Amino acid sequence: MTDMIEVSGVSKHYGGVIANNQISLNVPSGRITGLIGPNGSGKTTLFNSIVGFHPIDEGSITFEGQEISKMRVPQIARLGLLRTFQQTRIYGKMNCMDNMMISVPQRHMPLMRMFKKFPAETLERAESILEFVGLYQKRLLPAGSLSFGQQKLLEFAMALINEPKILLLDEPTAGINPTLINGLIDRLRRANEDFGITLFVIEHNMRVIMNLADNIYCLAHGEMLAHGKPDEIQNDKRVIDAYLGAH
Amino acid sequence: MWDNISLLVIAPLLNVQLLMDGVLIGAIFALAAYGLALVWGVTNVKNLAQGDFVIMGGYIAYVFTTLGIHPILALPVAMVLMFGFGWIIYRLIIAHVIERDLFTSLLATFGLALVIQQTLNLIFGPDVQIAESGFDILFLFGGQVTLAEIKLVALVLAGLLAAMIVIFMKTSRMGQAIRATAQNARAAKIMGIDTDRVYAFTFAMNAAICGAAGVLISMIWVIQPFFGISYSIRSFVIVTAAGLGNLPGVIIAGLGLGAAEQFSGFVLGAEFQQATVVGLLVLVLMYRQIQMRRQRRVVS
Amino acid sequence: MTALVKKRAGLGSILGQAAILAFGVAAPFLFPAYTFQIAMLWIMILFALTWDIMGGQMGYNSLGNILFFGAGMYISAVVQIGIVYDVAEYTAAFGAIKIDFTEAQYYIGFALGIVAAAVGCTLFAAIFGSMVFGLRGPYFAIGTLGVAIAAGELVGGWDYVGGGSGISMPVFPGDVEPRALFFYFLCFISALATFVFLRWVYSGRFKTTINAIRDDEEKAEAMGIHTTRYKIVAWGIAAFFLGISGAIFGNMIGFIEPLEVAFPTVTLGIFMVVMSLLGGKGTLWGPVLGATLFHLLKEVTWIYLLGWQWVALGTLIIVNVVFFQQGILGWAQDKWPQFFGIVVDEKLSAQGAAAREAAE
Repeated sequence: MTDMIEVSGVSKHYGGVIANNQISLNVPSGRITGLIGPNGSGKTTLFNSIVGFHPIDEGSITFEGQEISKMRVPQIARLGLLRTFQQTRIYGKMNCMDNMMISVPQRHMPLMRMFKKFPAETLERAESILEFVGLYQKRLLPAGSLSFGQQKLLEFAMALINEPKILLLDEPTAGINPTLINGLIDRLRRANEDFGITLFVIEHNMRVIMNLADNIYCLAHGEMLAHGKPDEIQNDKRVIDAYLGAH
Repeated sequence: MWDNISLLVIAPLLNVQLLMDGVLIGAIFALAAYGLALVWGVTNVKNLAQGDFVIMGGYIAYVFTTLGIHPILALPVAMVLMFGFGWIIYRLIIAHVIERDLFTSLLATFGLALVIQQTLNLIFGPDVQIAESGFDILFLFGGQVTLAEIKLVALVLAGLLAAMIVIFMKTSRMGQAIRATAQNARAAKIMGIDTDRVYAFTFAMNAAICGAAGVLISMIWVIQPFFGISYSIRSFVIVTAAGLGNLPGVIIAGLGLGAAEQFSGFVLGAEFQQATVVGLLVLVLMYRQIQMRRQRRVVS
Repeated sequence: MTALVKKRAGLGSILGQAAILAFGVAAPFLFPAYTFQIAMLWIMILFALTWDIMGGQMGYNSLGNILFFGAGMYISAVVQIGIVYDVAEYTAAFGAIKIDFTEAQYYIGFALGIVAAAVGCTLFAAIFGSMVFGLRGPYFAIGTLGVAIAAGELVGGWDYVGGGSGISMPVFPGDVEPRALFFYFLCFISALATFVFLRWVYSGRFKTTINAIRDDEEKAEAMGIHTTRYKIVAWGIAAFFLGISGAIFGNMIGFIEPLEVAFPTVTLGIFMVVMSLLGGKGTLWGPVLGATLFHLLKEVTWIYLLGWQWVALGTLIIVNVVFFQQGILGWAQDKWPQFFGIVVDEKLSAQGAAAREAAE
């Protein structure tokens, strides 16, 4: 089993606050990896470091063996490493189909293709992915008129049509109606199995992450606290202490 | 061009002359740029009419001289008048664009700049004017370097004004409210600060600062209805180079820009003055882009 | 389904286009006294359309697009004169040298000049664009404005192209009337070509992507979109057509100089912005409508405003931006959505959803 992302010795501080200290982790290819930790433990900071939102102070981040810690967001995204946002970001004024069409991958696009219309199979593919996340009926509505949960699903669909190799999801279930969560877990798993997309998920909901992930990393106070299979993490004394605040 | 450069080498005192002139005028650039940074930081409005406010101040001083009053006395008057003008403009225009996107505020102030320069042109005509201050010219280094006394006076006044603004921002209640709003407008609002008033005051104060800068400019240099745009660009160059909320940086960048303009004016010829400012802007912007790229960011 | 909606919405615009086409061809014969003014109208439409690519569709407000107009003018002048004479010698004589161009020399030179202007301006936009497109918002606006102003000064100090005293363009080999018609149709065709080209590129991926850049550039980057490439191409398109219009305008006027004719930043350069805003930025027809209205208004009222026209222009920008930002077309779209295919769109989506639900 190869590692898709390798983070080794990454540190990041904001002013005097150390958000990440000497973090190392591996995201194995083809699997679902979880990242948990109490609020303020540096999870989103680590995500931002990986996708290129800010520079890191030290350490190295590789994606499929290629160093990416100096690259910028669009370059990294074109390699096939995509993220969703904690606060969903979609194009509110455009309808869902247009949102999907924008997200069609431009990795190997020849220059002149930017003037072409979208081919029929792309439209079909967009429709089928919207079907997959359950938004087919709403595909011609302005994306801004969808509920928050539906917008999250749309953002997920936009990520899927981009055909990433790996998708970094920042709290996919936050703000989603609890009755919809099971459906979402199912879709995430199918994205992993059917579409072959490696997932790396930040999640607060323990039930969700324990169900979903093959292996889990736990951060606390910017340090790597624990790593293991879901049941190992669940029974790890340090993790429980960190979450209960007994530190 | 090469002749002029070699002239600078042969006669080193010329350098002193250019540097001195540059620094003296640069101090006033810094003043206008500080106003731009203030409004930018507090209201997030990028005022493209900044330079036109400066020119308005200059014409107030010019009117004083035509009435036979010494232009220095126009300084407080211009500040008061421009403060009022700024307040009105805030109520009429800026208040409507403050919460909107960048496009709106940029183009609205651009339109304002047009209105101001064209109105000035209708009233005063397109000729270049100067507010004659009647001060002597000092001869230094045995007469090889000249220095108009008024430039020294202007420098002192600009310094005084800057000090007053700093003290005002540090100690007064309004100054504190402005700084609080700049940091986090929503929090300031929740804490009971009337942010609308703060915005209005900031914009008006900026107009007053520009007015003062204009009075000084009109005494040591020349004014013309359409010169405003180059002061706007200068202010942007300075703020871009120094960053927001960085008064020492603004002063240094302002003095540097003044000196750079004097030298390039001497070497290349005065007709390339605006081109020099724009060239510096492009250089600064490109430097900032490279700098930001290293931080995986863009200049926005 | 989307195609169906597009087709239906297109019917009105097809009729409109046919009417405009007919007017464009017949106008110089119907109103021979106003041939020049109507030719200017086409140039204005071209201006508004090209400004809107960046300003309206992509959200990047260039205040210095006039740069390409002037650059195109000078490039074509140098090419046209250069093919038969030494340019530096010609300009140094300040019009004292009269060259007799043969008919073939004139037309070939002019054609080459237009091509060179278009290509040169596009290249220029690509080079300049890759320098400034790391910039967003205010820096971009002030940067482009500054460069356009500086361009006038720089050309004014460049003796090779005649400096501040300008260049006399080659004289048209023919009478006054054919000359007017010749240039009229060049203006008309260039505006028409711009419109048709933009309608084509706005029908697919290009428009969706530049709209995405306008609405949330950071998200677009996070999705791996080649934002810089799109920005450069968008600006290149604007520069291409502006370069052509500059080459035509310079020859039509017959004499070019840097400040008033080639780089009129505060007149034509601002008109571009005003016209797009007035008609409705971010739409295909808005700039056309805005340019037509503005040009008509300007030609009719300009002289009665007694010098206050420039103040009125500034006020128009402020009022337009602050209180009427959607422009005429945007306003109409809000008021009568049914005429813009928006209701049809919604109905179809509801029907489509219902049909699908029934099928399931």
